[in-house]
Amino acid sequence: MSDAPARVPARSPSNPRSALLNAMQVGLPAIALLVMLAIIFSIRPAAMSYFGFHLLFKLSVPLVFAALAQMMVIMLGDIDLSNGAFVGLITCITALYLGDAPAIAALCYLVLIAAYAGLGLLIHARQLPSIIVTLGMSFIWLGIAVILLPAPGGSAPAWLAAFMSWQPPLMPLSIWLAALAALAGHLVISRSSYGVVLRGAGGNPRAVQRAGWSVVGIRVAVYAAAGLLACLAGLTLTGLTTSGDANVAPAYTLLGVGAVILGGGAFTGGVVSPVGTVVGALTLSLAGSLLSFLQVPPTWQIGAQGVILFLVLAGRVLLSERAR
Amino acid sequence: MTRRLSLAPWTYGFIVALAMWVVTSAYSGIDSAGATLSGALAFGAFSVVVGTGQMFVVASGPGNIDLSVPSVLTLAAYVSITVMQGSDGMLLPGLLAALAVGAVAGAANFLAIVALRLPPIIATLAWSFVFQSLAFNLGGQATLKPPAGLSRFTLMNLGGVQFMPIAVMVLTLVAMVVLKRTVWGRQLLATGQSEPAARLAGINVARVRLIAYMLCGTAAALAGFLLAGFSGGAALNMGDAYLMESIAVVVLGGTSVAGGQANAVGIWGAALFFNLMSTMLNTFGIQAGVRFLLTGVLIILIVALVPRPRVR
Repeated sequence: MSDAPARVPARSPSNPRSALLNAMQVGLPAIALLVMLAIIFSIRPAAMSYFGFHLLFKLSVPLVFAALAQMMVIMLGDIDLSNGAFVGLITCITALYLGDAPAIAALCYLVLIAAYAGLGLLIHARQLPSIIVTLGMSFIWLGIAVILLPAPGGSAPAWLAAFMSWQPPLMPLSIWLAALAALAGHLVISRSSYGVVLRGAGGNPRAVQRAGWSVVGIRVAVYAAAGLLACLAGLTLTGLTTSGDANVAPAYTLLGVGAVILGGGAFTGGVVSPVGTVVGALTLSLAGSLLSFLQVPPTWQIGAQGVILFLVLAGRVLLSERAR
Repeated sequence: MTRRLSLAPWTYGFIVALAMWVVTSAYSGIDSAGATLSGALAFGAFSVVVGTGQMFVVASGPGNIDLSVPSVLTLAAYVSITVMQGSDGMLLPGLLAALAVGAVAGAANFLAIVALRLPPIIATLAWSFVFQSLAFNLGGQATLKPPAGLSRFTLMNLGGVQFMPIAVMVLTLVAMVVLKRTVWGRQLLATGQSEPAARLAGINVARVRLIAYMLCGTAAALAGFLLAGFSGGAALNMGDAYLMESIAVVVLGGTSVAGGQANAVGIWGAALFFNLMSTMLNTFGIQAGVRFLLTGVLIILIVALVPRPRVR
């Protein structure tokens, strides 16, 4: 985990000591993840296998993509409260159309991604608070989903379900997908020159504008990318649950935000880490399994998840305090 | 803020709500107009109580928001019902227990924000998980009925006029006076506009925000206490609807999400708009999906079209 938190260039750490501490700050959810795995393996050594990993991380795939979608929006200094409802809508479209009429499904995906891009345009053009616009959008996505599919149902195309239960060599599919997503995000957002411009558009839009970039264009493109990532979350989720449900993923909205912040992101705009976000999403989805392994009573599990969130974030504060 | 000749942003909620009331009454006969309005007032009152608390938090600065509102509401309802054990004599202790839960929850929220330097969204989200778990454990026992006195109070009529919405209107007036006339109210808006400036002016910013979060928790708890009486008991999902609604009524009511500017009366307009719209779409026999869709479209339209005072 050598990924320094992606910062606006002007604020990048100058001395190696603070660079190390910054790296640790992003590595913290990774440490939390390893600690959780260690506890699980000490209780159930049998889980330390290909199949064990497969079961532990199976459900994390859609959350990873949903969290990355959220990260794109948070990178611009906005927040997306419609993320979970959108993922639910995608599961409905996928379960209804992708098997029988793939062309209709593809058209729906394109229209919805274009709608996300339009959302970015609207927020930028009218200088609206993203929190309330996306809150309104969450009702719209939910409404469309309920109109299409009033009760959970439909069925995932066989190839999608087969892909999600595919067991590739070396690592389970969930780990492969998480690693690929983290790598792609790292190369584009944290390492490429475009990534600097994208982050700059969130951290200091005026400077990016003066440098000759179209901030409107960037916002539209980033929102479209968020829509595409949320589509992937919906597709993979349908592959896992093999049916569509408008209300399947409302928790993704806030879990995604949690993953971005756990991974070293901040709401100020321009400060996000794709690798940290992916690890954060894995940590949050593993927290549930850990609590079952520790035999925490079901009634306390959700509260314990809150406590885990606090513990990991408290570690971040301790580290950043020392970095000063 | 300068006075403007055009309509103030917060009046739009009232105008849309009025239009919906007229349309609903025209559709289902003028006789039902009173019943439609009193229903909207009763349900709107709960949204207003929760929204007023959220307003204090939102006004205290950019990024400040309380996502623990639904779980505090539920937890307070369970605690008060457990304390009262269905007896009218325990009404006051039950109310006090609920309010105490809310105040402690608000303080816990603020403590996590300051001590762990967390964005309020994350801190209040993590606490909401904990509160939800606590409510879940209290609710594990047999469902307890609220005392008959509490239910009677929430449904009380004074010569055809419901008492509870009137009481909540008084609460709104108090909130207005607090914002306009009290030292803390002025300090809250100053903190929301510019934290450094407020600090340099000698305002204890941390204390101002602490009180805002505690008021928000207390308001959510009060709503939980009343809702338990109104709906005949506490339920684990009783608060769920109020997460998004509390934010929506605050923003549509004319409070700026950038902080530093608050409007207590506007919350009533937005709350009536929400409740009258669902009544209207119900009388039209429109299915749930379309109802959600129209709600979202109207939220976005109102936010996009209403002229907003420039705060930044």
